[in-house]
Amino acid sequence: MNTQDQYLKSIYLIQQQENGPASTGAVADRLEVSPASANEMIGKLENDGLADHEKYEGVSLTDEGILRASETLQTYCIIERFLHSVLEVEEFRAEARQLESVIDETVAERLDTIIDRRERCPDCFDAETDACELLDVPESEPAD
Amino acid sequence: MWGDGVSLSYPVASDHQLARLLQIGMVLEEVVEARAHKHRETLGEEELGDEIVSLLGEAAEESAEHRRRLEELVDELDADPVAYGEIEKLVAARYESDTDFDGVLYDQLCNEETAYKFYDDLITAIEGSDVRFTIGRERLLSVLQAIREEEAEGVEEVTELMEDET
Repeated sequence: MNTQDQYLKSIYLIQQQENGPASTGAVADRLEVSPASANEMIGKLENDGLADHEKYEGVSLTDEGILRASETLQTYCIIERFLHSVLEVEEFRAEARQLESVIDETVAERLDTIIDRRERCPDCFDAETDACELLDVPESEPAD
Repeated sequence: MWGDGVSLSYPVASDHQLARLLQIGMVLEEVVEARAHKHRETLGEEELGDEIVSLLGEAAEESAEHRRRLEELVDELDADPVAYGEIEKLVAARYESDTDFDGVLYDQLCNEETAYKFYDDLITAIEGSDVRFTIGRERLLSVLQAIREEEAEGVEEVTELMEDET
């Protein structure tokens, strides 16, 4: 998944958590990039018609941006679920984040044929725990 | 600390990550093999015709060979093994063929294109990394480049067959 998609996914999840626009700082924090870098990409998303940025308020995805982010989140869900359920990786969240830039959505679609993903994906993705809420993960596990 | 600029394309950073990506490649190859077998089983050799039957047979053999080569690489890396026998069973159990005759070649084309894309992205991510893996970089890249080349040939082969069919 490319860099632009990763930004869209993060903005989408922050907007869900905040129930409103995502601040540039929050986007930068979530992606571990500098606020200047986040700002630069947000400008590109705005130029591409995928996001609207209001000064002092933050960034909101347009309908097209929401659609793209939702598809990207599905790809991410596939990677997480695959690592958790097929390869039985304990640190599946951390590994999914490390690997997402190398795994293309067409590759994820193939992996999707052998995992048990629900129809309401990605709505069951929990932004707080950074995982699908339907995954059977012990509650004590930190959401790092 | 902050990453390097806007880009979020991380190069492969450790033996562990490399092994994980190679394991994903092994599962992808397993899926290709399972699909080829299921197509033959579901549609029957008579309906598929000699050319497609032989294409599916070769694709399954090639995938098994690619998996073996990937497994050799994984074995040389410092990484936790996965229970591959369990994965084989899971792929066989989960994968259900819902493809009709026209879909077989298209599906095969997707298999080859997806595999090509996977190896291409993986090679780029390894080339972008300055980590010293337990396994020699030159050998690692030459194995992956050879597999990628075979996937590219596969795409061509299926495309030609699709053109002949129409």
